[in-house]
Amino acid sequence: MKRLKYIWILSLMALVLGMITVFSFTIGRYSLPVDELLRYIFTGDYTDENLPLLVMRVRLPRILIAILAGGALSVSGAAYQGLFRNPVVSPDILGVSSGAGFGAAVAIMLSAGIAGIQVTAFVAGLIAVALSLSVSRVMAMNHDRLLLLVLSGMIVGAMFTALTSLMKYLADSESRLPEITFWLMGSLTDVSMREIRVVAPLVLAALVPLLLNSWKLNILSFGDEEAKSLGVNAGRLRLTLVCCASLLTASVVSVTGIIGWVGLIIPHFTRFFVGADHRRLLPASFLVGAAFLLLVDDLARSVSSLEIPLGVITALIGAPMFFLALRMAEKK
Amino acid sequence: MELEIRNATLGYSGKAVLTDVNLTLSTGTTTCFLGKNGAGKTTLFRSLLGLVPLLGGDVLLDGRSIRRWGRRDYARVVAYVPQARALAFPFPVRDVVLFGRTAHLSTFAYPRRKDRLIADDCLERLHISHLSDRLFTRLSGGEQQMVIVARALAQQPTFLIMDEPTASLDFGNQVKIIAQVNALKDESLGILMATHEPDHAFMCRANVLVAHNGKLWKSGDCDSVITDAMLKEIYDVNVCVCRMKDVNNRIIRTCLPVI
Repeated sequence: MKRLKYIWILSLMALVLGMITVFSFTIGRYSLPVDELLRYIFTGDYTDENLPLLVMRVRLPRILIAILAGGALSVSGAAYQGLFRNPVVSPDILGVSSGAGFGAAVAIMLSAGIAGIQVTAFVAGLIAVALSLSVSRVMAMNHDRLLLLVLSGMIVGAMFTALTSLMKYLADSESRLPEITFWLMGSLTDVSMREIRVVAPLVLAALVPLLLNSWKLNILSFGDEEAKSLGVNAGRLRLTLVCCASLLTASVVSVTGIIGWVGLIIPHFTRFFVGADHRRLLPASFLVGAAFLLLVDDLARSVSSLEIPLGVITALIGAPMFFLALRMAEKK
Repeated sequence: MELEIRNATLGYSGKAVLTDVNLTLSTGTTTCFLGKNGAGKTTLFRSLLGLVPLLGGDVLLDGRSIRRWGRRDYARVVAYVPQARALAFPFPVRDVVLFGRTAHLSTFAYPRRKDRLIADDCLERLHISHLSDRLFTRLSGGEQQMVIVARALAQQPTFLIMDEPTASLDFGNQVKIIAQVNALKDESLGILMATHEPDHAFMCRANVLVAHNGKLWKSGDCDSVITDAMLKEIYDVNVCVCRMKDVNNRIIRTCLPVI
């Protein structure tokens, strides 16, 4: 694809994201017409006295986290798919989500409070990835390294899922159990600017190395041996990028709870528009993922008076979308 | 420049595949590597490229041990054409060839115009420019193989190591690859090529290396190494090495199985 066409498509994606962002401010229980919102943004005037609070304290953090989470999960997924040379890999493959889920469950059991849950989930997610990496190291050397890594990820993931089930079984069914269950289904409800201030730098810190190495990520998708013969230090680079991609997912998931499917389908979908080159795929995935999660969250908070968990909607929309993406790839 | 294997034992985690390996490749020569399936040809290649650790001995490039070469520096000198394998993502052909430029880029750099021109040039050389905008994953096995050769050329290497580059090619493309190998030799590249066609050695006027029973059994000039007896020994079939004249009255040799 020509560079110009790519820039065009990327601008279009950014524009769509911008429009969805504005639109998202107007959605919710408390109605806020677009003209009121635009007037407030551009002139600072408002008639409704609740408006500043609503926009700045309630909807802004939520919209920001939706953008951050959608973008980060998608970039993480795209990177994972490249690293594992497999377009149906998702960021959960090394157990980061299961680990975070378990961490959150433990913290909820200990009544650790929101910050405690987030920190524990974050740490446990990274521990799960570290475990997967080291388990694959211990196993025999002569096998396909990637296959071993996937298998270790499955083992570690299953273990943490089992532990989470144990926590749920032990949890008080009146209060703790629902809380754990809701966490595992994902939600952006409890997010305030405090979380944004922590998550945003983490996401940025993990994005930068991924973007800088996006060319080499292409080379890695040929497999370690070919990458090495092309002059890339494959083992070390893969490890670095796996860590960055896991950091992306862990930092988001620890705040939002588990949101499946985004990291799997968005890169798939985006690849259809901008091609497989990771230099283009990563930035484009961020924009598409952000827009997608914003829309999903809009749905979650507007469809019924009761908020629908995000993970439920992403799965409901994600499954057919995945099918569609596969069909589109087939046609192309 | 020379690429050399010295007193090496090659294999995987303690299990030797080839022992007492001594081999010197020079620029401006072609070496054809014969041996039946499983004789250790790919193992030797992987060792030469530093993809598997040596069980003993050393690989020297330009007199310096491979252990002391960085990946990128090594890839600027030695390029590899592996046997074709499936690729997970639909990269366009031009990008695949461009990946060959990676070793010449600085750490976080992207390919520039100059690199794109080199890539186009390599496609041109192999007469596959018409494939440039196609998706690599949608090509036939033979076309993919040609693209991978182009990628190796884009590395602008001094040594070119090819693992059965003609394996999935039709007759015409096989001849084109052989012709290209001869042209590259004349540009003073050193080429090491595994093949299952002894005839290729004659066509390349190559040195021949034969792996057999865990050793490098024979090496030398193609006319002296490729004999009825040698082929009978390694492939266990009866072969007649025939001499005939081509249209220009040059003597050429070819191997005919006796069935």
